[in-house]
This record gives sequence, C-alpha cells and structure tokens, in this order.
Amino acid sequence: MGNNKKTKLKKGMNVKARRTIAYIVLVLISFLCLFWFYVLFINATRTHAELTKGFTPIPGSNLWTNWKNLSAGRAASALPIWYGLFNSFFISTLSAALCTYFSTMTAYAIHAYEFKLKKFMFTFILMIMMIPTQVTALGFLQLVGKMKLDDSFIPLIVPSIAAPITFFYMKQYMESSLPLSLIEAARIDGSGEFRTFNSIVLPLMKPAIAVQAIFTFVSSWNNYFTPALILHTDKKKTLPILIAQLRSTDWLKFDMGQVYVMIVFSILPIILIYMFLSKYIVQGVAMGSVKG
Amino acid sequence: MKAARRGKVVSYNKWGYIFLIPFVSVYLIFQFIPLASTIYNSFFENYRSGLTQIGPNFVGFENYKTIVVNGDLITYAQNTLIMWVMGFIPQIIVSLLLAAWFSNPSLRLKGQRFFKTVIYLPNLIMASAFAMLFFTLFADGGPVNSILMQMGILDQPYKFMSNVWSARTLVAFMNFLMWFGNTTILLMAGMMGIDTALFEAAEVDGATSTQAFFKITIPLLRPILVYVMITSLIGGLQMFDVPQILTNATGDPMRSTMTLIMYLNKHLYSKNYGLGGALSVVMFIVTAILSMIVYKFTNKKVD
Repeated sequence: MGNNKKTKLKKGMNVKARRTIAYIVLVLISFLCLFWFYVLFINATRTHAELTKGFTPIPGSNLWTNWKNLSAGRAASALPIWYGLFNSFFISTLSAALCTYFSTMTAYAIHAYEFKLKKFMFTFILMIMMIPTQVTALGFLQLVGKMKLDDSFIPLIVPSIAAPITFFYMKQYMESSLPLSLIEAARIDGSGEFRTFNSIVLPLMKPAIAVQAIFTFVSSWNNYFTPALILHTDKKKTLPILIAQLRSTDWLKFDMGQVYVMIVFSILPIILIYMFLSKYIVQGVAMGSVKG
Repeated sequence: MKAARRGKVVSYNKWGYIFLIPFVSVYLIFQFIPLASTIYNSFFENYRSGLTQIGPNFVGFENYKTIVVNGDLITYAQNTLIMWVMGFIPQIIVSLLLAAWFSNPSLRLKGQRFFKTVIYLPNLIMASAFAMLFFTLFADGGPVNSILMQMGILDQPYKFMSNVWSARTLVAFMNFLMWFGNTTILLMAGMMGIDTALFEAAEVDGATSTQAFFKITIPLLRPILVYVMITSLIGGLQMFDVPQILTNATGDPMRSTMTLIMYLNKHLYSKNYGLGGALSVVMFIVTAILSMIVYKFTNKKVD
C-alpha cells in the first residue's frame, strides 16, 4: 500500500518534470528552426556597409532601398527576378494542376475498374515510386534535345502527369472516401464514364487534390536540378537557378543587402502559402505516411 | 436486354485502360525511354576533349571500370554517405523524442500545432535559397561569426567553408533541419497507431515511461523506422541542392562535400555521357534495391 503510494507520488512529479523538459527542448528546437529566418529578415533591412560591420538584432531601415536596387537590376550582375518569379509560378501552377488531375485519373482507373493488368499496374507504380529522376536525367536531356524542347517549359511541366507518389495518396484517399456505389448510381442515371469522373469523382476528391496540389507546387517551385539543365535563356530561368547564379558571381563585390532581399523574395511566396495552409499541409504529411 | 446489359458491364472496364493512358504514355516517354538510353549510353565512350568530339564508340564496361578505378565513385559515395549519416542520426533521435512527446497523452503538451508547424517549415523552403542563406550567414565575415565574436567565443572568424568537417557539418545540419519535422510527423502517425492498452498494462506492471518507450514503442515501430531510414537513405543519395549551392558546385574543401549527384551534374554539363551514364546506372541499381525493401514494407501495410 505504502509502496504503491510512493510510486504514484514519484510518477506525478515525473510527469511535471518531463513536461517542463519537453517544453524547454521544443522551444530550443523551434528557435533552431526560426533563428536563420529571423537573421535573414533582419539583414534584408540593412545596408551593405551596416552588414559588414557585424550583426545587430534590431532591423534597419534599408529594406525598401535594397528591394528597389534589386528589382531595378542595379547590381554587378542584374538578375531578371520578375521573369524568374513568373516562370517559377507558371511552371509550378501548371505542374500542380496536371499532376493532381491525372494522378486522380490514374488512381480512379485502378480503384473503380476491374481489368486484367490492374494488379500488375498497381504493383508497378509502387515499385517505381522511389526511383529518383536524377538517375534518368542523362537520357531525359538527350530526349529533350531530340524533341527540340531544350530551353522550353514543356519538359518541366508535362512529366508531372506521371507522379507515383501523388497517385498513391489519391488511391489511399479513394479507398476511404469514394464509395463505388456512387459510381454505380451515376451509371444508372446514364452518366458517361468520363463525365462521372469529371463531375462526380473530382469534386469528391477536392480535399486530397488540394493537399497534393500544394505539395506538387512547392516541390516544383523549389526544384533546381532539372530546370538548371533544361533552361538556358536568362528570361526563361526559374528562381532557384537565379539563386545559383547569385552564388557563382563574385559575391564579395556584391551588395549583401540585395543578396538577402533576393533570398527573401524567392522563399516568401511559399512562406505566405504555409502561413495560411499549414494546418492542411501538416495533416497531409501525416495522411500520406505509410498509412499510419 | 439482359445480354446487352451484361455486355455493357464488361465494356465499362475498358475505361480502366483508357484512364491509364496519360500516366502510362508520359511515364514511357519521359521516364522509361530516358532510362533505357541512359543504360545504353553507359556502354559508349562519348565525350568532348577540347573541340574534338570523342565517340560514341562501344567500350563495354570500360566506363564502369573507369569510375571505380579512378576512385571518384568511391570518394563521392563516401562523402554522400558521411553527410547523410551525420544528418540522419540527430534527425532520428530528435524525431523519436518529439514524436513520443507529442503522442503521449499523459504529457498533454500545449501548442502542439504551433510546434509542428514550426518544425515542418524548413522542409518547404527552397533548398537552394536555404543553402545560399547559410552560405552568407556562415561566411567569414557573416553574422554567425560576428555573433560568436561579440559573445567572446571566438577571437577571429572561423572559416566554416574551408574546413572539411565544418563544411560537411553545415550540409548535414541543413539536411537535419529540413527533414526532422517530416520524420517527426511520420513517426507520430505510427505511434498513434499503437494500442494504448499496452502502455496501461506496462504502467500497472510498474514500468517507467523510459522502459515503455524502449520495450514497447520502439519494437512496434520497427517497420516504420525501417521505412523512414530507407526512404531517407534514398533521399540522401540524391543530395544535391544544398552542397551544390553552398560550395558553388566545387565540392570544396578538397572535394570533401562533393556528392554523387553533383558529380553526375558535372558530367551532364560537360556532356561526358559515357561516365555520366555509368554513374546513373550504378545509382539506379542501388536505389532500385532500396526501393524493393521499401515496397515490401509499404505492401505489407496496404494488404
């Protein structure tokens, strides 16, 4: 009896102590995640001269000047940032749209129909899911060259139609929230298969499509490897390529205030999206896990 | 009437094939043909030496021999693995800890959504911009050195980029920051799936929470841990953006941060398709084997 009481007491204190430790560690880790962005935003507001003198935690007043200098291209190497923003936005949006639409279609094919190659196709898509695009980049580049699509957006957008990971997510989602009886009912009402897909299946898949559209948009926005190999003309380059270009210039002669503003410029759209949609994004990560 | 209807039922299923056409055709054109031609290229000598184009001449396995014998493949594979391990170990430890705390009902942590949002943030940031940021922050005259000197920890700036281990640590640290939030959320989803009755039983038997963690959580989580590790390894083999931007494609100091994909990228730019092809095929085989392991785990879950 006495023994029991003692352990209970010990446990009660334990939980409190452990909770305190947990909070301390969480705050430290959050600091570790946010500190860099804090320094980034502070430094973006200061002049080059101030920056070379050392770090101060209080923001300066030079943000607007830095931004004007950057956007006017008043630098050692003028970066076409507006083109970069537009190109990144254009490629990412179209990729996200094509990827989610066709991945839903592929998942629907496997989910709603019985056909001979069904099991084979499903297994096949799962097997190729993890193969990175980089290992086929060489052949991809040659093919793009032969198709005369070098320096064009098409090879960066169209391949997103075949996205095994998005497919897998859609398939999982359909299993939990797309009853086949609904499709039966549509058939009885005389709806064609293609129309059923567009006007019944797609609206029901909206939550999954939204989550995957965000993920595809973000990964396309951040993609550096393939666009850097395909795009050559300055006005066609995307933001990650411009960042790389900034890195390879003689940065010692560069206005550091502008460098920081450029980094802010290229990550701000994603941060804004994340601020509004973080709940869905974090949930989406958990749902997309191996069916936890 | 009945026969016609049955005929129609059967004909529905052809739509399965029709709806697969976009995926299959795009996959064949943009993935399969490139894969085949990459493999084909790996057996040919094909590069530029100055202004003269050498090849393409069939050389058998000569390209594979070259990348192994000149030590490039091994050096860069080593670099990649070292930086992956340096990032993965803290990542899995921190993620396990955080996931255990988040999913522990007796702790009742407040502000979970805020913390999850914050730790997942670095994953969404453009890796090249993040690397550029770290490059400027850890530069010899950058803010980190300036802060450390103001605090009196350093007398003179520490050259993070010119030292093998500090450069590798920076790359590993960035990978850690970018991926531990993702891993935490995955592991948490796994931990939520564990039957709480097991923990209650352990508590009745007088087990401490540390014991419960090591004797119940970890063993039951093993499939997900393996999945996380292998997918992270596949991701680690693709390590490119961060070291590429951080070191301006040089892999400095002394090629110690040069990864396999950076090496491949070099060959793609210089149009050395023979060696590039051989390297791609080796990486394809390695990732294919790892994928098989992941597939086994995923499949078990699907069934």
